[in-house]
Amino acid sequence: MKAIVSVIGRDCTGIIAKVAWKLYELGINIEDISQTVMQNAYFTMIMMITLPEGVTVSAVGDALAPVAAELGVEIRTQHEDIFNSMHRI
Amino acid sequence: MVNSREIIQTISMIKDQHLDIRTVTLHVSLFDCISESAERTADKVADKLMPLASSLVSTAEAIQAKYGIPIVNKRISVSPVSLIGAASGGYELIARALDRVAKECGIDFIGGYTALVQKAMTPCEREFILTIPEVLACTERVCASVNVGSTRAGINMDAVALMGEVIKRTAELTADRGSIGCAKLVVFANAVEDNPFMAGSFNGVSEGDAVVNVGISGPGVVKAALENIRGASCDILAETIKDTAFKITRMGELVGREAAAAIGAAFGIVDLSLAPTPVRGDSVGEVLREMGLSEVGAHGTTACLAMLNDAVKKGGTMASSHVGGLSGAFIPVSEDIGMIEAVRRGTLPIEKLEAMTSVCSVGLDMIAVPGDTDPATLSAMIADEAAIGVINGKTTAVRVIPVIGKSEGDEVEFGGLLGRAPVMRLSGGSAAAFVARGGRIPAPIHSYKN
Repeated sequence: MKAIVSVIGRDCTGIIAKVAWKLYELGINIEDISQTVMQNAYFTMIMMITLPEGVTVSAVGDALAPVAAELGVEIRTQHEDIFNSMHRI
Repeated sequence: MVNSREIIQTISMIKDQHLDIRTVTLHVSLFDCISESAERTADKVADKLMPLASSLVSTAEAIQAKYGIPIVNKRISVSPVSLIGAASGGYELIARALDRVAKECGIDFIGGYTALVQKAMTPCEREFILTIPEVLACTERVCASVNVGSTRAGINMDAVALMGEVIKRTAELTADRGSIGCAKLVVFANAVEDNPFMAGSFNGVSEGDAVVNVGISGPGVVKAALENIRGASCDILAETIKDTAFKITRMGELVGREAAAAIGAAFGIVDLSLAPTPVRGDSVGEVLREMGLSEVGAHGTTACLAMLNDAVKKGGTMASSHVGGLSGAFIPVSEDIGMIEAVRRGTLPIEKLEAMTSVCSVGLDMIAVPGDTDPATLSAMIADEAAIGVINGKTTAVRVIPVIGKSEGDEVEFGGLLGRAPVMRLSGGSAAAFVARGGRIPAPIHSYKN
């Protein structure tokens, strides 16, 4: 099962490191990653991840919630099908 | 794989433009609950609904977490209670059972306290309709609807006359709460059997045992898309609305199919209506203004709404295997900040609203009128809307609230998604003698297609 992790918020040191480390702790492989900083302040990162057997999308979301709070950013974890259904026929 | 821009677009729709699944509605047949005793019927209804309702709520919450899309309402609709209780009577007991199930399981509204009397009323159906005010006053989550006309049958003017009295009585019995009982009562012409939106949702007699129907939302998404094409031609306007409707309907289809599979129900339809809320940025009125109107109600409003309604249907139809329900643009006054503001400013009189209902997907919806409005006038409003629906072969509805103790210019607060409404001025004159005639307005000539 694949999911998309999106991180949106003010840029600061260590966003990628802390999100990636938490995913590593859950045994999650990051397949793709893209990141931009707009207007030198607004950070956007999108990761595609593969969930190991037994790990749900909401479990990843719950695990990343404290990271989001610490960094002061919004982190969403969503099953990839919501994007596929909307943008692909 | 989708690209970053598409992912950000979807997230922005949810985060900034109020895109949500407005309702996942489980339609349930109660025909196997009919018995000779009202107590027994009510028990069988509760026994059948309780596990389904629990499953619906947990399923919707799981889907919401999985896809990150808010599911605002979890609702249940049942077979018309006028039929389920016809053998036993005691309709109020069944209503109380429905309300109890909803409260215990976290169901937001439960619809189907319904009678379909477009041609005639049986004595049982008449008795049932007379229980509606009491039921809406003593229950919290039960919604009622009555279909008084259809293109095939014409308009049952006896039922129309009765519903004016029923609405007024409902307002009086809930006068201490802004006559809110009337917000849970819809009078239809050409009612549809698979509509997931309240208050008019019920499980049609030709529907299956358990069916999931989904209502999507998204006026904020349409408005945001139109902000990028200011000054473009109507052709581009229509294409942009279609494109947006397509995307949000696809999401509804995904959620509906997954919910149905998890509950063990059939997947029915996606209702691709633009359903507003009182929040700014989630308004059909604001979409109309973005199309080029300075105010909702200005000349041109009917044309804009017609194009919006049609483009939403066209975009959505391509996106779903089964489109149904009401599907189009809703224009409930109290639930839409753009409509509320237009009524406050005096640019949207009742006459213009009525014209708009001839091209949108419902009718005179969530309109507060003076509390001293007489029942015959309410009936005449219903007759006018039914005529628009019956002649044009479309669904129309009236959900009007004569707010006891309030007069023109006052405001009433319903709270939550029901919003707040300025009390509107009604047209002068009286149709009392017309309403008192009773009988049936014959079906239009173009209904005879056999």
